[in-house]
Amino acid sequence: MSYHEASTIAAADAPRLEQDDRPTLRFVTCGSVDDGKSTLVGRLLYDSKTLLDDQLDALASESKTAGTTGGDLDFALLVDGLQAEREQGITIDVAYRFFATKLRRFIVADTPGHAQYTRNMATGASNADLAVVLVDARKGVITQTRRHSHILSLLGIRHVVLAVNKMDLIGFDGDRFACITAEYLTLAGQLGISQVQCIPVVAPDGDNIVAASTRMPWYEGPTITAYLESVDVAGDASQQPFRLPVQWVSRPHANFRGFCGRIASGTIAVGDAVRAQPSGHQTRIARILTPAGERNHARSGESITLTLADEIDVSRGDVLTAASAAPVSDQLAAHLVWFDGEAMVAGRRYLLRCGTASTGAVITELKHRIAIDTMARESATTLDVNEIGYVHLDLDRPLVFEAYRDNREMGSFILIDPISHRTAAAGMIDMSLRRATNVHWQRLAVDKSVRARLKQQRPCVLWFTGLSGAGKSTIANLVDSRLAELGRHAALLDGDNLRHGINRDLGFSNAERTENVRRVAEIAGLFVEAGLIALVALISPFRSERELARQRLATGEFIEIHVATPLAECERRDPKGLYRKARSGQLPAFTGIDHPYEAPLAPDITIDTSEMSSEAACERIIRYLRAHNYL
Amino acid sequence: MLDIPTGADSALREGAGGKQRHVASHLRRLEAESIHILRETAAEFRKPVMLYSIGKDSSVLLHLAMKAFDPGKPPFPLLHVDTTWKFREMIAFRDRRARELGLDLIVHTNNDGLSQGIDPFTHGSARYTDVMKTQALRQALDFHGFDAAIGGARRDEEKSRAKERVFSHRSAAHRWDPKNQRPELWGLYNTRLAPGESMRVFPLSNWTEIDVWDYILLEDIPIVPLYLAASRPVVERDGALIMVDDDRMPLQPGEAPQWRSVRFRTLGCYPLTGATSSTAATLPEIVQEMMASRTSERQGRMIDRDSPASMERKKAEGYF
Repeated sequence: MSYHEASTIAAADAPRLEQDDRPTLRFVTCGSVDDGKSTLVGRLLYDSKTLLDDQLDALASESKTAGTTGGDLDFALLVDGLQAEREQGITIDVAYRFFATKLRRFIVADTPGHAQYTRNMATGASNADLAVVLVDARKGVITQTRRHSHILSLLGIRHVVLAVNKMDLIGFDGDRFACITAEYLTLAGQLGISQVQCIPVVAPDGDNIVAASTRMPWYEGPTITAYLESVDVAGDASQQPFRLPVQWVSRPHANFRGFCGRIASGTIAVGDAVRAQPSGHQTRIARILTPAGERNHARSGESITLTLADEIDVSRGDVLTAASAAPVSDQLAAHLVWFDGEAMVAGRRYLLRCGTASTGAVITELKHRIAIDTMARESATTLDVNEIGYVHLDLDRPLVFEAYRDNREMGSFILIDPISHRTAAAGMIDMSLRRATNVHWQRLAVDKSVRARLKQQRPCVLWFTGLSGAGKSTIANLVDSRLAELGRHAALLDGDNLRHGINRDLGFSNAERTENVRRVAEIAGLFVEAGLIALVALISPFRSERELARQRLATGEFIEIHVATPLAECERRDPKGLYRKARSGQLPAFTGIDHPYEAPLAPDITIDTSEMSSEAACERIIRYLRAHNYL
Repeated sequence: MLDIPTGADSALREGAGGKQRHVASHLRRLEAESIHILRETAAEFRKPVMLYSIGKDSSVLLHLAMKAFDPGKPPFPLLHVDTTWKFREMIAFRDRRARELGLDLIVHTNNDGLSQGIDPFTHGSARYTDVMKTQALRQALDFHGFDAAIGGARRDEEKSRAKERVFSHRSAAHRWDPKNQRPELWGLYNTRLAPGESMRVFPLSNWTEIDVWDYILLEDIPIVPLYLAASRPVVERDGALIMVDDDRMPLQPGEAPQWRSVRFRTLGCYPLTGATSSTAATLPEIVQEMMASRTSERQGRMIDRDSPASMERKKAEGYF
């Protein structure tokens, strides 16, 4: 019996849920320092009666000790949650707050107005339907306002509330408000922000927040709350073609194989024809399992499990599509918002995550940087933290995607630094750089299973990783000879030797080491397709790059062998005299000395040559290959 | 972004005869997001674990995990950090649920703390919490080598939690660096870790307390009976009603347990968990009472009162 069937549903107690089924609006607030963003959000929480007595007591006592309002309630303290924020009276990080009115629930992302503004605003806006942009009535539309609005438009926000705050400080001047409104509408028009509502407010006093202000009788529009309660932001993702990024393959027992994920767009029904992309295999939907039980239909936003009519190969990172096929490409043009303190480097490899897919990606070209204050395109060679640019990307594997403007979930990605693991950038896909976007891989008539049968072996890659001098090449050579004796077909790729040939143009920077590994992985992959057992002896210091090599291959084709001879022993042997050079400073960035080596977390085989001879290590590998049916 | 049908719409699509049950689309949206997060955790980490604290949030989390991997079992064990001071009913409930669902339950107690005789009465809540909860949790995570720990914390609980990521990075020393968090955009999570580092994962980040109760009601999720009002022996201390759950509780001169109709809004260690006077003995009555309530759930927790930044500090040290 499944978990669904086991749990009963309390139908009798539903009335409250029915009455309380208010839709949720997610919005982001932005503005400059001291424009009063946190105060506005605090005020919304206060006026919507979301705050409870003990929280109000705490606010009253904190306002006296840490407040900036001379002992009156300091609403900003409600959202400035970190100690440093309260001490300095500023907001550092995005805070998410929840409140509800009779008509709607709200999740508000309150974002800082100063340092890291671009990064935090982009974060807050990425999940928002609408933005509240604050301006100080005394200053009107300033550079910061333009900057924020530009980022909002880039992140696809189409609805903006312009809250003109501190109206009391300009004597509630309606003409001034009209000027600011006109100026902002021009800006919004240029940016493609289609829906703008301008509202004059005094956040600390609550004018036009929940209650209409009595001090500005000339204003006849809605209050902030009234507008947020009524605005229609629905972009109907269910009307778009069906896209399901596969998150998890569920195989609890031999008779069940389900594909789990959250539907990015569209609807699906039992019996519908679907294809797995990028492979292109086609089949039909057999069953749809939802959190509320088995159903005939599902639509965008739902987390479901599908079973298919035919056994086709589908794994995490693939996308199930129906109706039209999604574009597939390994060359993309995209907008990037750079987040990392370490500047963007063209030619360097990053890890790209889009939907549930991960792949290595190289920024091949920075087409232009955007001067955010003027929105002008300027030429540049790099992007620093908080800068925005337009780039071309070259991916290790074809990606199933949609343009960001059409589909946020299928068109957004992040770039991760392979060494620091920091999130280096957020990206929005503009288009494929290849004209023919629906190209499927050419299926080869003679595939590797045919070649493998001919050779009576299962092709695979034996990837020897470890420090210089650990014994990788020695053992790989022994295994190569042994396989030849057994009449098997292998080929040895040695890191040092390859650097004399195909990799002769590469040095030892992180980017070049990464490229070195990528090329070797590609070649090893081609050997596997040719039916060979490929032996790779390469320091390959980064876990992320070895992972990319593993991903280049099918499951079970990548065997990671950690030659884990301790550093002290490698250094004692020093067969090529490299450690001596590194210690004397003649060889900078030497792995193990002043450059990191990331040991495998779960290698398939571990060998320590300080405890085991190379011959014994070779036999152990041969035994492994036999035990796992490679030979 | 999320585009789940309204109840009326989906009820029609189901097409079954008879009275249609209204499906709460708001809760279904939260459910879909949480299941997505749980599946990401299972797919991206080597050895995840689910922190099971036996409370209502844990009950919801466990229910979501069962759904996320149905018809399979969740591909991770449950971990309960047992201070030995939990309510007896909680422990009985924990063991029963794990057995009923056929799940692997790991129970860890800080035996060093136990042998030092650390208790909440003599050592104060701050030191007791550090040793029996924070240190104990770190011990358990290190011992089993878990690289991701799923917890039931929500952003609406507390101000520093409101700033925390869904996938929240921890250093090899289990420390949280609130000023250096990874930006989290769309539904894309950066799950990369260096050796020894780990991730805390919060699938209920966007739920509120009332959402949790509504969902328990909607899905008929089993909870510890302590959440429902009943006559229980309590003493009043520092304005809080403390239940005398066993004879380890030292009574002060003149103090005698009184039988009163009380229930708990949150559950933890009994000496540190204040009860509220209530006659709400069914789930709908609890939800009614919640809606009218003028205090927050953490008010009943002694350990959050130490200082305004106490939760942030505890979290930085590795507390959940």
